[in-house]
Amino acid sequence: MKRQLVLEDGTIFVGEAFGSEKETIGEIVFHTGSSGYQEVISDPTNYGQIIAFTFPQIGNYGINRDDFESIQPSIKGVVVKEAADFPSNWRSSMSLPDYLKQKDIPGVCGIDTRKLTRLIRSKGTMKAAICGMGENVDILVSRLQAVEFPTDQVKRVSATKPYPSPGRGKSVVVVDFGVKHGILRELTKRGCDITVVPYHTKADDILALQPDGIVLSNGPGNPEDVREALDMIQAVQRAVPLFAIGLGHQLFALANGCKTVKMSMGHRGSSYPVKDLETGKVLFTSQNHSYEVAEGSIDAKILSITCRALNDRSIEGLEHRDYPSFSVQFEPESSPGSEDAKFLFDRFLQVMNEENTSKGMVDQHA
Amino acid sequence: MPKRTDIESILVIGSGPIIIGQAAEFDYAGTQACLALKEEGYKVILINSNPATIMTDTEIADAVYIEPITLDFVSRIIRKERPDAILPTLGGQTGLNMAMQLAEAGVLEECGVKVLGTELSAIEQAEDRDMFRTLMNDLGEPVPESDIVHSLEEAVAFTEKTGFPVIVRPAYTLGGTGGGICENMDDLNEIVSSGLKNSPVHQCLLEKSIAGFKEIEFEVMRDANDNAIVICHMENVDPVGIHTGDSIVVAPCQTLSDREIQLLRNTSLKLIRSLGIEGGCNVQLALDPQSFQYYVIEVNPRVSRSSALASKATGFPIAKLAAKIAAGYTLDEIMNPVTGKTYACFEPAIDYIVTKIPRWPFDKFESANRLLGTQMKATGEVMAIGRTFEESILKAVRSLESSVYHLEHPRGAHLDMEEIEQEIRKATDERLFFVGEALRRGVAIETIHEWSQIDLFFLHKFRKIINLERQLLDHPFDAEKGRKAKESGFSDIVLARLWNVTEQEVYEWRTSSGIIPVYKKVDTCAGEFESDTPYFYGTYEQENESEKSGRKSILVLGSGPIRIGQGVEFDYATVHSVWAIQEAGYEAIIINNNPETVSTDFSISDKLYFEPLTVEDVMHIVDLEKPEGVIVQFGGQTAINLASGLEERGVKILGTSLESLDRAENRDKFEQALSEMNIPQPKGKTAFSVEEAVKIADHIGYPVLVRPSYVLGGRAMEIVYEQKELLHYMENAVKVNPEHPVLVDRYLVGKEIEVDAISDGENVLIPGIMEHIERAGVHSGDSIAVYPPRNITREMKDKIIDYTVRLAKGLEIVGLLNIQYVISQNELYVIEVNPRSSRTVPFLSKITGIPMANVATKLILGDTLQNMGYDTGLAPEQEGVFVKVPVFSFAKLRRVDISLGPEMKSTGEVMGKDRTLEKALYKGLIAAGMEIRDYGKVLITVADKDKEEALALAKRFSGIGYGVMATSGTADFLKNHGIKVEVVGKIGSDGPTLIDVIRQGKAQLILNTLTKGKQPQRDGFKIRRESVENGIPCLTSLDTAEAILGVLESMVFSADAMPKEA
Repeated sequence: MKRQLVLEDGTIFVGEAFGSEKETIGEIVFHTGSSGYQEVISDPTNYGQIIAFTFPQIGNYGINRDDFESIQPSIKGVVVKEAADFPSNWRSSMSLPDYLKQKDIPGVCGIDTRKLTRLIRSKGTMKAAICGMGENVDILVSRLQAVEFPTDQVKRVSATKPYPSPGRGKSVVVVDFGVKHGILRELTKRGCDITVVPYHTKADDILALQPDGIVLSNGPGNPEDVREALDMIQAVQRAVPLFAIGLGHQLFALANGCKTVKMSMGHRGSSYPVKDLETGKVLFTSQNHSYEVAEGSIDAKILSITCRALNDRSIEGLEHRDYPSFSVQFEPESSPGSEDAKFLFDRFLQVMNEENTSKGMVDQHA
Repeated sequence: MPKRTDIESILVIGSGPIIIGQAAEFDYAGTQACLALKEEGYKVILINSNPATIMTDTEIADAVYIEPITLDFVSRIIRKERPDAILPTLGGQTGLNMAMQLAEAGVLEECGVKVLGTELSAIEQAEDRDMFRTLMNDLGEPVPESDIVHSLEEAVAFTEKTGFPVIVRPAYTLGGTGGGICENMDDLNEIVSSGLKNSPVHQCLLEKSIAGFKEIEFEVMRDANDNAIVICHMENVDPVGIHTGDSIVVAPCQTLSDREIQLLRNTSLKLIRSLGIEGGCNVQLALDPQSFQYYVIEVNPRVSRSSALASKATGFPIAKLAAKIAAGYTLDEIMNPVTGKTYACFEPAIDYIVTKIPRWPFDKFESANRLLGTQMKATGEVMAIGRTFEESILKAVRSLESSVYHLEHPRGAHLDMEEIEQEIRKATDERLFFVGEALRRGVAIETIHEWSQIDLFFLHKFRKIINLERQLLDHPFDAEKGRKAKESGFSDIVLARLWNVTEQEVYEWRTSSGIIPVYKKVDTCAGEFESDTPYFYGTYEQENESEKSGRKSILVLGSGPIRIGQGVEFDYATVHSVWAIQEAGYEAIIINNNPETVSTDFSISDKLYFEPLTVEDVMHIVDLEKPEGVIVQFGGQTAINLASGLEERGVKILGTSLESLDRAENRDKFEQALSEMNIPQPKGKTAFSVEEAVKIADHIGYPVLVRPSYVLGGRAMEIVYEQKELLHYMENAVKVNPEHPVLVDRYLVGKEIEVDAISDGENVLIPGIMEHIERAGVHSGDSIAVYPPRNITREMKDKIIDYTVRLAKGLEIVGLLNIQYVISQNELYVIEVNPRSSRTVPFLSKITGIPMANVATKLILGDTLQNMGYDTGLAPEQEGVFVKVPVFSFAKLRRVDISLGPEMKSTGEVMGKDRTLEKALYKGLIAAGMEIRDYGKVLITVADKDKEEALALAKRFSGIGYGVMATSGTADFLKNHGIKVEVVGKIGSDGPTLIDVIRQGKAQLILNTLTKGKQPQRDGFKIRRESVENGIPCLTSLDTAEAILGVLESMVFSADAMPKEA
């Protein structure tokens, strides 16, 4: 069945339908990884987005039980050159089209995704719709231009109640702005005793859990829409070590007086080079963000920049000058993509240890 | 870190001649590296024995030495040039091994030469099986259960522990020479014995077989600051068990989940870091298709065939960056040469699928064992790019130029199911095509998987191709299905066959229906960043990114995959033609499909189209670019063969016209032209049937030379001495019919002369005349050529010049031509004229300093010789003697008869130059890998007709103190003529036979002319193969023997007793 992808600038791509048959509207972005589609599709950071994959054959190894980044995917659609109808991998339990159908997410395949990518590169991310061939394109385009996307994405993907993921190690509170399973996996791997709390949890409630450290998770949308978290961050960073990732990093920056801005097309891929300004070494990082901390908005007395993207020099990491808090814009948990930055979780554990020692506390959980 | 300032001059070691396992990829890497180092202001000193390379051009390095890559000669050059540093990791295994030898011999230390890039200790750790295994154990990285053995007994003990099958890998060899998979004790016996012999350190690694695992490769780079990146990962369609050089390879990996990719990425980066490699490195891994279990197979701490492929597959120039890293830079300081806007410290993202298919020499070596295993057999490869796997593999299939355009086999329809199953289980070069055949018969992909272990993903893709083929059959000229077919890579030839129309009809229907390809850019970043790289591939999609520039352009067709008869020489000429076009002010556009070459480096031409070389694919580019014309004469027979199809479609062929090409290649027209010019050729005629061939042969008299018309490298060419042999040839070697006639010529015994000339139609420049050491009958590509000629009279030389000038004018050549002559009984005959660039163009260009391909290109574009300052006739002869010595890859091709004949067998060549013939030959021979001992024993077994000649040689061998060994027949004859001979038993006789003599290394040289009939059973064949297997030079031409004897005589002092006083 034919189906079309319509962009707010009026560009139309005609392709074949797969996945759910419903129509959809979302923000179209492209992802450059040749593998990792299952993780990308289920990443809560991508809430509301229509994801176009630049790699032309997506779904080759199917969908498996283990590699989800959330229980319920929250993207609006998938655009590919070819969606594999016959996956082959020992862990595969269903095909990508079947999965999207099951999760009621529409897809369109058979389109020139390179043309689409080049278009987004020159015009920036756009609003887009996936719809049937009968749709009146002119009306749809004006509708697209007028549509306002929700600003409460975080609320929609965050946990509504706290829940534990018990361990016998460091007690870590994860503030869920749309947390990827990958972050929880890395903490679990290091034996942490995790409590995941909703994004609007108050500082007092968090500190009442007596955590050794706090993780501000990744999440979708504009950090300015989550200002309610700023007070909490300002309060907890004084008390315990804090590690902020993705949206968490942007909120950490806002809480410390910075500004954030939307990028033209963002960074979405498995292997972005980031330079560690201290060691001079380059890390390859998994990235997925539309916003960045504004250059020049950083008060050097409060925060220092720890790393930058090698190519566009954008800010990729911050560190608090007074508190044991640090943040990264990229995704150190990978899933999908390069695992070069996983050591940051070790560093977080180390910071928690040092903090405990300096406070004269005995590590009760070791 | 900025570049190193403690060094000024750098020695680069090339990889020597083209052999199986080491082909044009090192010319590409070496050229890139030399230019990168020069760009940084270093003085580059280059040594390479292979003249047919771009890297040995004097523009590429500051000092070029075309000398043997042996300890002796390289040391001499180091002592003379005193380089500050050496860069050993760009010349393949040859370069690496040489650097190790130089270090061991203390030469580097003696001359204070620093090693750039990866340290030699790291190289040793990666290359030495034992040290590597220890390292893997220390790192906790899994390697298959294995053991180093130094003897057969140790090998047997290993298999008692692990059972069969086991894989044998000899240490320090390239392309897996002498290795293989052993299923039983007999295999073990044979393969371990030969492996131990082939390994310079007499070591073999025995490994428990993990055949059936997915074979994955990672191309990684690292700099001195420990930045490490993955350039590309690749998946072999053929699972572990087949050498990666012989496997169909896809980039990027297709069937691995991100977790599997990251697992292997982490391992690859861990390895390159712990080895401390500074530059490029290839990591081969095996992954269980049913779990996360993986093994590290091996690490190549240098640029390689795979790195060339990865460079072309991603656009990322690995060798160039490796050179910059060696010069001290770190990756985050260097700009990505593709985007020019981002840094080189990044991991390319690609938005297409790349497929590589090897090109094997089995079309030339019918008797060769086609079974693929751990020893590489391919001479070259093709690569194709598409937006789906189907498109990419079908484009690669038609790039092979094996008369196959689809997943089908010419014999396919005639085989029964059982035979097809056997073919698929066997894993030969043809397996892909038999898989197509099985699918066509409805065999389930699960069944084919069981037979072949090929992943279901790929089999499913093949099934889609076959299913589409069925639909097309039922829907001729259906626009939607037709478009789908083109998107899936189907060629017009296949559509034409399915629809029972001509290719041209399909093309016309298609273009008028708007089903035409667009061209996408290879940009390293999947479109995320802008890039200006002029590197394109065709696909059937919406947006075209290749815009025609406002400039006048010329299209040059490349020569496709490296194969016997069409080697790197043609890429050399292609590249020079491109440069000449640019000098003449035009935009130079190139089409080629060989990922190993310099011509497919996107920085060479103004525009590179990485596409198959077929009429259809070329026409699409012509339609888009509308060039002034197309140059076909530098791309070997590949390009020449396209000329008529292109002209039929209205394309202008530049240079020698199609009509003139045809006059030189069509036997009857050629004969007529010669008789008009009054130039003699050996008597002969074209036969259209077996009966006719017999009649012609009877008429002109035996021996006759028979061959199909329009061939390259003397394929299926033979000398037959009697009617019985002729009939056998006509029935077995060729399928004669009116469309494929056979040429029958009188075989003239005599001296062979080869000439290359350049003509503008008025004047004819002859850069040089070469004389062959071997008499006519040995293919010119397999003969030792000598410049200048030494044994021809002034009159004969004048005659050669006269004929050449007349031929060039008479055939209306504009550009290059190559002529083979034979001098028989003081009469000069033309054997053949090739109206194109030839194998000897780089050789002669380098000797004479006349840039032949450049000059020819300018003439093609309308310039004149006079205007360029050249006169008609022979260019002034150069001082010194230059020899071109062929190099063979027989050790890698079992069951191939090594005896020289009219059919070409060599894979590459070297040049030897010095002041005398003997010195030049000595250099040429040792550069070609021959060991020349000034004392020892020669084993002579010759045919009766050669005994007289052999006697003279035996006397001379005796004279310099060589012992002579012979089997009874030859021995008696020699003894009767007063030569001391040691008799050895014939094959099958009691006591030690000559096979034992060979195996035990008791003879240093073997002279064997027992040919006739190509049946492997023959004793002569066994003797020749046995000497190859044991690395003992075996000469099958008495002329080569005499030349070597001359060298030996010049090396030793005479040892004649004083004459008795009267």
